[in-house]
Amino acid sequence: MNRKITCVMCPVGCRITVEMNGDEPVISGNRCTRGRQYVIDELIKPKRVLTTSVKVEDGDLPLVSVKTSGPIEKKIIMDKMKEIKKKTVGAPVKIGEIIIENIDGNGVDLLATRKVKKIHK
Amino acid sequence: MMKGINTDVLVIGGGAGGMAAALSAAREKSDVILLERENSTGGVLNQCIHNGFGLHFYKEELTGPEFADKLFNEMTLDRVNIISESYVSEVDVENKTVRVLSPDGAYEIYAKAIVIATGARERPFGALMIPGDRPSGIYTAGLAQRFVNLENRLPGKRALILGSGDIGLIMARRLVLEGMKVEAVVERMPFPGGLLRNIVQCLEDYNIPLYLSHTVTKTVGRGRLEKVEVSEVDENYNPIPGTEKIYDVDTLILSAGLIPQVEDISDSLQLDRVNKGYAVSNSCETNIDGIYAAGNNVAVFDLVDYVAAEGWVAGRHAALKSKGGENNTEKYPVIRGKNVSILVPSYIDFNESLRLYLRISKPIEHGRVILKELNIEKKFVDGVPSEMIQMVLNKKKMELIREKGGLFVEVVEDE
Ligand SMILES: Cc1cc2nc3c(=O)[nH]c(=O)nc-3n(C[C@H](O)[C@H](O)[C@H](O)COP(=O)(O)OP(=O)(O)OC[C@H]3O[C@@H](n4cnc5c(N)ncnc54)[C@H](O)[C@@H]3O)c2cc1C
Ligand code: SF4
Repeated sequence: MNRKITCVMCPVGCRITVEMNGDEPVISGNRCTRGRQYVIDELIKPKRVLTTSVKVEDGDLPLVSVKTSGPIEKKIIMDKMKEIKKKTVGAPVKIGEIIIENIDGNGVDLLATRKVKKIHK
Repeated sequence: MMKGINTDVLVIGGGAGGMAAALSAAREKSDVILLERENSTGGVLNQCIHNGFGLHFYKEELTGPEFADKLFNEMTLDRVNIISESYVSEVDVENKTVRVLSPDGAYEIYAKAIVIATGARERPFGALMIPGDRPSGIYTAGLAQRFVNLENRLPGKRALILGSGDIGLIMARRLVLEGMKVEAVVERMPFPGGLLRNIVQCLEDYNIPLYLSHTVTKTVGRGRLEKVEVSEVDENYNPIPGTEKIYDVDTLILSAGLIPQVEDISDSLQLDRVNKGYAVSNSCETNIDGIYAAGNNVAVFDLVDYVAAEGWVAGRHAALKSKGGENNTEKYPVIRGKNVSILVPSYIDFNESLRLYLRISKPIEHGRVILKELNIEKKFVDGVPSEMIQMVLNKKKMELIREKGGLFVEVVEDE
């Protein structure tokens, strides 16, 4: 077996080749070690970083953008989106603030990626 | 009318390019004013909530808003004077006078050097000349991105995306995550317009089909969009009769590419015919002494890191110029050879190293960029037009350009 996998971990987008040597995957074409881990995950349990937004109350913006602190399993993403849509946070919000703790049950948190100021009505 | 203001360096536009320029000029101890027409800085970064920004510039992977926030904080620390809600309507390039419209009225700023960093705008629907009705429900990808990511509004229920540029691909995934159905992405060219990684993580991950060599041939709907007709195209991009397919969608998203924002500002600045942006040197100087440009108004870059790096160079040279330090009379042309479309810079001077950015005009499996004058070749595999190729050369290597009177850049295809 010889598979070409595009690494999506960064914009370089390395085209990584995986060849099976018995049970051992031989990986080449990755420009950094994250690519190796990505390919191994991709063969067994594909993972992605999820970025989306969460509603904010009393903020100078109606939404705060968020990201998972690390990649989470691809197959749980649509379920997690439902959970995230139900969530509302109160302003102010700081960058890096935890919006949902341990969102995937494996220690990955959902973090704010922008600041939202509180507006006083 | 307010009185005129004086400054060393004036930066127009507060996106990644303008913020980096303002910061580097401030680090050279110049007085810097940055003008931004919106109520905050950041430019397109504010609505690009996905990750993939900053790996070169900040050595970490950030989302767009995080990248913008970092630059903003640094600018504040370095005392850049940021004036938002200020639209530059005109620049008198000879006298370095900028006319500004703001909620407080119109006023003028005189600068010793100016950096223009106005970014790019989206190619509008009208430019595509698609026959049919003009109902609501047709949006450019950037506008849809703004709705969804900044204003908490969904454009519709079922969408078709025309154009496979990165914004279109990213929006396909975004709309699916928000609960819309995305029927397909159709692309007129025989290859995708966006990065391969975005085809993988935005389309393949969500089972959204991509139809290459296809285009929208009709839009149907009274009031709201109801149907879109898609046809296959031949090698001359003409629709092939009999290949029509109808999609029942209420939303059509157009990702037809970005065009450098070069209108309004001045008629005296030279443009590059192919890049459609300002023609600049490797010090980011335009054809007018002391006027610099950087970012997507020079050429559409695919990485914010490149934009920020160019902004940094522009800001530094603007600062040096404002102190009377630099003279760029000696400039040599950079000439496009075969298989090269986008090419930056247009000129070479000897005040700066050379950062060459180019796009190939078609996919090339095995190829080489050849800089004949310098006896330099760069090999690449699986090259696509959507991925810019960057080459960096130090001043010593550049010496031969002076001898030869210019630099010829071509790409050859190998078997
Ligand atoms: C959808 C999308 C996805 C992207 N994804 C990635 C990615 O994953 N990774 C990556 O590295 N890069 C990505 N990029 C590329 C990168 O983000 C951009 O190339 C870069 O941010 C552009 O910066 P800029 O400063 O040239 O332009 P802009 O951000 O457009 O900034 C221009 C600024 O100038 C202001 N302005 C314009 N005219 C005037 C005027 N007359 N007076 C006053 N102000 C004015 C505008 O309001 C704006 O704020 C993406 C781009 C887009 C559009
Ligand atoms: S292997 Fe490393 S450099 Fe290559 S795309 Fe993946 S993360 Fe980026």
